[in-house]
Order: sequence, then structure tokens, then C-alpha cells
Amino acid sequence: MNPTALKTPLAPADIERLHAGDEVLLSGVIYTARDAAHERLVRMIASGDPLPVDLSGEIIYYCGPTPARPGRPIGSAGPTTASRMDPYAPALLEHGVRGMIGKGRRSAAVKDAIRRFGAVYFAAVEGTAALLGRCVRSAEIVAFPDLGAEAIHRLVVERFPVVVANDCHGGDVYDEGRAKFRR
Amino acid sequence: MRTVPAEAITAALRDLCITINHRMSADMLAALERAHAAEESEIGRTVLARLLENARVAREEWFPICQDTGTAVVFMDLGQDVHVTGGDIQSAIDEGVRRGYREGYLRASVVRAPLDRQNTGDNTPAIVYTRIVPGDRVTLSVLAKGAGCDNMSRLAMLTPADGRDGVVDFVTRTIAEAGPNPSPPLVVGVGLGGTFEQAALLAKRALLRPVGAPSPDPGAAALEAELLRHINDLGIGPGGFGGRITALAVHVEQHPTHIASLPVAVNLDCHSHRAGQVVL
Repeated sequence: MNPTALKTPLAPADIERLHAGDEVLLSGVIYTARDAAHERLVRMIASGDPLPVDLSGEIIYYCGPTPARPGRPIGSAGPTTASRMDPYAPALLEHGVRGMIGKGRRSAAVKDAIRRFGAVYFAAVEGTAALLGRCVRSAEIVAFPDLGAEAIHRLVVERFPVVVANDCHGGDVYDEGRAKFRR
Repeated sequence: MRTVPAEAITAALRDLCITINHRMSADMLAALERAHAAEESEIGRTVLARLLENARVAREEWFPICQDTGTAVVFMDLGQDVHVTGGDIQSAIDEGVRRGYREGYLRASVVRAPLDRQNTGDNTPAIVYTRIVPGDRVTLSVLAKGAGCDNMSRLAMLTPADGRDGVVDFVTRTIAEAGPNPSPPLVVGVGLGGTFEQAALLAKRALLRPVGAPSPDPGAAALEAELLRHINDLGIGPGGFGGRITALAVHVEQHPTHIASLPVAVNLDCHSHRAGQVVL
């Protein structure tokens, strides 16, 4: 199957057309955030504080990259396990985040929020972190620099390969793929 | 008595940390090639081809194989006729890891206290397991252990009545429940017997064996083959997107155990499995 090329931020119509198992090449801005950054973001939302970066309509990438070698924007940059962000994801989706990139299954609450808010969860392959790092054109830390690899980075990516894991229609690539090959 | 300077341990570990994080081992590459040839799922083959391409780019362009460059788990076999001079061994090991991770542009992924979670900034301290062995050599094996797969590892204190079927069921269920999260296809380390903590250590040590090399014990080798068949019938596949190859290999390590016990530990390693060894 040929991958679909999409520009970020994703339009609602783009998200609507995506189905679990679709291969997508993303180009444009995405934001990294993982465990520690999520804990802070959701605490800020709960106390009504403004977020250090406007995430509405944006895609969050669950990633803590390796340090950049001189002359490069970033090192290797694969996804981390998404389920650790499950306790925080519904609040961020409600706040306006429209896409997430990670690896592995999501909770029922997150899948429900994906449907309710018309969002999408993409899977990337962790063991292709070098290839994914090569798709990053620029990277800058835009929040929580004290968190090191866990700081929020604004990445500009080009043809960044992902697979639709959970679509806004209730599809789940992990359930569907496994059912096809289980013996 | 042979003298080994602590600095030699530091230098060897620095190099080993950098090497294993950039150069996928020949046994792991061969296992991925075999998986690519055998996989029936189209997306599964795509994932395996990309993992091999990733290994090439990592090697040629100096990108770490994975952004989770791991906790440095160091297994040291220290010959009893060796005298280490010029510093203490744990510090020498930590300094090697510190230099390797800093100078190799590897990620600092260790936090000081499990609940306060302050990053130590240099991926130290290393996790170190030492055995005193005959001879005058120091053998250092390093596993750059990713957390996504370590997190999905499990241990059970089964009973003798649970037997072989109980072991097969527990190991298979552990992989089934982990699903896509530990980044399959996996290398599965199984520790069987010993005591509670010994089983876990055996499971981790099993990951050091060349990927797919069967146990020299025929009984353990047969169990490995049976477990691999059950695991690959789960359908989880490369990346978890569905397919035939959920594990590349199962390695079983056994140890005598108590008449009342049947401990079994399952330690998972991901499709970026990184291990290496140096002898001083």
C-alpha cells in the first residue's frame, strides 16, 4: 500500500479519512513530550495556567531523542511506549491536541477520547529511531529545558513514517493485525 | 596474580557502550534477515526491512540504533588471579559508562531516586553483576537495556505441580499481554529455577547469549523451541501490527531450585537488542 503524505497540523478532514493500518508520511511541525512533560502539562491545565506552548490542533510525539552530534538537528528519535501517557492523554485531547505518535496499545479511555474529539493515534517503529531522526529537519527546545531528553522539543519533520494505530472511527491496528495472524 | 589497571576497565567499557549502541551485532542482523525471509505479513516485512535499513544507517552515519540507549547493565566475570589497581571497580565501571554515553552522544536515561526522578545526567550508575571465576582474565559483557521491554517483563513463583505446562503458559501469556508495547520481534530471556531473585538474573543473563543459539542442554533447547512456536502463534508480529514473527529467539537458563519452588522469570528485549563483550 502506498503511504499517504500529510502536512501538519492535520485538518479535521484529514483525520476523518484515516483508518487503522494506513501508512502516513507526516511533514511539518510536531512536539515531543513524554512522562515528565505530560505530568506538568496536565497539572497546568488542571490549575487553569496557560501552557508554555500552544498545543491546540497539534501532534504530540512521545519521544526523548538522543543528543545531537555537532552539525545535526537531533540524534536518534524513535517513539516510547504510549500507554504510560494514557493517564494524561484524555485531558490533552480535550484541550485541543489532535494527534499523538507513540508505540503500543492505548487504554479504553484514550480510545474513547480519540473518537469523541476526532483525533488520531499514530504508531512509529521504535527500532527505526535512526531513520526517524534523519527525517527531522530542525529541533528546538520550547519548554521545560530542565527535563533534558524529556523537554518539549518543537520538531520540523519531513516525510516522517507512521502507521495509523487508532483512528477516530474506533479502528485499532493492533487488534486487527493480531486477529489476522493468530493461530 | 595478574594486574589490570582500573583505567583499562573504564576504557574498554567506554568503547563497548558506544559500539553496541551504533553497530548491531552479526547474530542480531542474521536473526532479522531470517525473520524477514519468513514473515508472511506485508506490513511485518516492511517493518523488518526498515529495522535492517536502520541498522545500516546507524552503523554508517553514527546514529544510535535506538533513542533509548538503555540502562548499562554490566556483567563482570572477574578472574580470581586478577588484581585491579588504581581505583575501585564500581567507580571504574561507572566512569566507562559516563564517558561512553557522553562522548558517544547517547541518551542519559537514569534518574537518581525512583520517586524523585532527578536525571543523573550521565546514565550512571551502571547496574553491575559480578562473578568471581577461575583464571586471570576480566570478561565484561554489556547489555544496553531499553526500558519499554524491561517494563513488560514478569516473574512468577509457580509450584512444582504447575510443571512444564505452567511454565509454557506463563511465558506465552507474558508475551501475549505485552502485545506491541515491548517493540517486537523480541529476544526472550527465560530464567527457570533458583530463587526469586536468581530467576530474574538468569532471565537477564539469558539475553547475553548469541541470538538464536540454542541452549547446550537438550531439555532446555527443546523448551526454547516449544516456547518460540507458541509465541509466534500469537500473531502480534513485527512492530505489533500483526504477523508471524513475534520473537526472534527464546533463551532459557536454568538453575537448581527448592523442592517447593518453580520460579520462572521472563525478561524481554526489543528488536533493537544490544549486547557486547570484551575480555581483558
